[in-house]
Amino acid sequence: MVALVIAEHDNAALKGVTLNTVTAASQCGGEVHVLVAGAGCGAVAEQAAKIAGVSKVLVADAPHFADGLAENVAEQILAVAGAYSHILAPASAFGKNVLPRVAAKLDVAQISEITKVDSPDTFERPIYAGNAIATVQSTDNVKVITVRGTGFDAAAAEGGSAAVENVSAVADSGKSSFVGRELAKSDRPELTGAKIVVSGGRGMGSGENFKLLEPLADKLGAAMGASRAAVDAGYVPNDWQVGQTGKIVAPTLYIAVGISGAIQHLAGMKDSKTIVAINKDPEAPIFSVADYGIVGDLFEVVPALVKELG
Amino acid sequence: MKVLVPVKRVVDYNVKVRVKSDGSGVDIANVKMSMNPFDEIAMEEATRLKEAGKVTEVVAVTCGVTQAQETLRTAMAIGADRGVLVETTPEIEPLAVAKVLKALADKEQPQLIILGKQAIDDDSNQTGQMLAALLGWPQATFASKVVLEDGKVTVTREVDGGLETVALSLPAIVTTDLRLNEPRYVTLPNIMKAKKKPLETVKPEDLGVDVAPRLKTIKVAEPAKRSAGIKVPDVATLVQKLRTEAKVI
Repeated sequence: MVALVIAEHDNAALKGVTLNTVTAASQCGGEVHVLVAGAGCGAVAEQAAKIAGVSKVLVADAPHFADGLAENVAEQILAVAGAYSHILAPASAFGKNVLPRVAAKLDVAQISEITKVDSPDTFERPIYAGNAIATVQSTDNVKVITVRGTGFDAAAAEGGSAAVENVSAVADSGKSSFVGRELAKSDRPELTGAKIVVSGGRGMGSGENFKLLEPLADKLGAAMGASRAAVDAGYVPNDWQVGQTGKIVAPTLYIAVGISGAIQHLAGMKDSKTIVAINKDPEAPIFSVADYGIVGDLFEVVPALVKELG
Repeated sequence: MKVLVPVKRVVDYNVKVRVKSDGSGVDIANVKMSMNPFDEIAMEEATRLKEAGKVTEVVAVTCGVTQAQETLRTAMAIGADRGVLVETTPEIEPLAVAKVLKALADKEQPQLIILGKQAIDDDSNQTGQMLAALLGWPQATFASKVVLEDGKVTVTREVDGGLETVALSLPAIVTTDLRLNEPRYVTLPNIMKAKKKPLETVKPEDLGVDVAPRLKTIKVAEPAKRSAGIKVPDVATLVQKLRTEAKVI
């Protein structure tokens, strides 16, 4: 049994969630290989080779892998799939986009967003926005899996010395092309990997008012997030959304400001180690999952909190 | 140009589901069922393309039990011209749905298939991508903007950290994210009109598709409960607790 992990990267560096996926792969019972499909991605392959527990890195380097187009990456995975019992990718926008294509072509089910490996063919995954946990067993000969990063510790980024092997790149599908990308520029940590997250909800009242949270995030070195209500209201960009259909986060500290706590939002953050809620409504559902709650006007509490942190 | 819109009947998103005491699944008897919200967005987008004169026919399709006809009627009230129900058990898996849809696409020959990115019951997020692979079509998942012109579709996608735009040759698959559009309210006259639109029922066997499940659900359990903590009177107490009790800052 050998598991193949599909590396997520930007051709310059490996994305952290790949490390969590390696941990899930190693729990599937055999060796772990990593596939890096990219353009000029040698540095990523070197990084992947150093991950503890990885025994081989396959590199497919071609211009048409530069932007992670699903059609091309899926074909490349299929080209090497024959040797593997398990194929895993992070349950990120990248992995969710690519991997079902691989499963369909192999004529196997995909097991999405696993949070636990019970045995090499049995996995746990949340359903109904995390309101139930299903334990599912796959009867297929190849298990195709996306991995929820928050369910697994990150494998050590250093310590391994895997062999790096070049594989021939599949041809460009020619059916899709990359037009452009607008990524938010931020000095803050990435939302899904951050140790501390400060999130705002509809209670913030406006996009302008989100500035109030910045000093708090600065002081704590936190990433910033939001509820769906705040995103729908146009206060902040879409990619800030934490919840069932947005980002799933599990930081050591999650501070929810002016968030009432709809089940869809709780689905995205209730695995956080410590949750703090600041809300003027003492009956808000967010308090039912918060370790520490402050009932009060966020426009007074947040500045006071910044001051208290010193 | 014809557009196919697959829709799914799911437990309404306002319902808090309960796990059955024998761990066999989630109790969906007597709970409100609705169209999956992402599919409503897909239906709305197809209808807008038709209203803009870029599309001539919109066909809604669903896989599920007989009552899923109601979901098709809702789709037709939004704007589908007709509906196809593929009668199956409610537990049909994404791969089987994708195979059914491929068979229908081979028959109907649409140029575009718009699907919701995920159903809010099993949260799989697979069907659109699987269908694209089976058909050998390009895909644009998690769409926040769709522009159909000059024989191609240009789609802005929601990705981690921002937005990405891809251009696809037709035929193609698009899956919708939350902010692609705001679905219209279905009006009574349109509900009445929808009742008169054609609705065809077929079985997977008629399409030559094997829908046998590949996954066995061993059990379904409640997630670990998170107990409510305490309310603290002021920020000084909060900071002290975070430092000395939780030790997270």
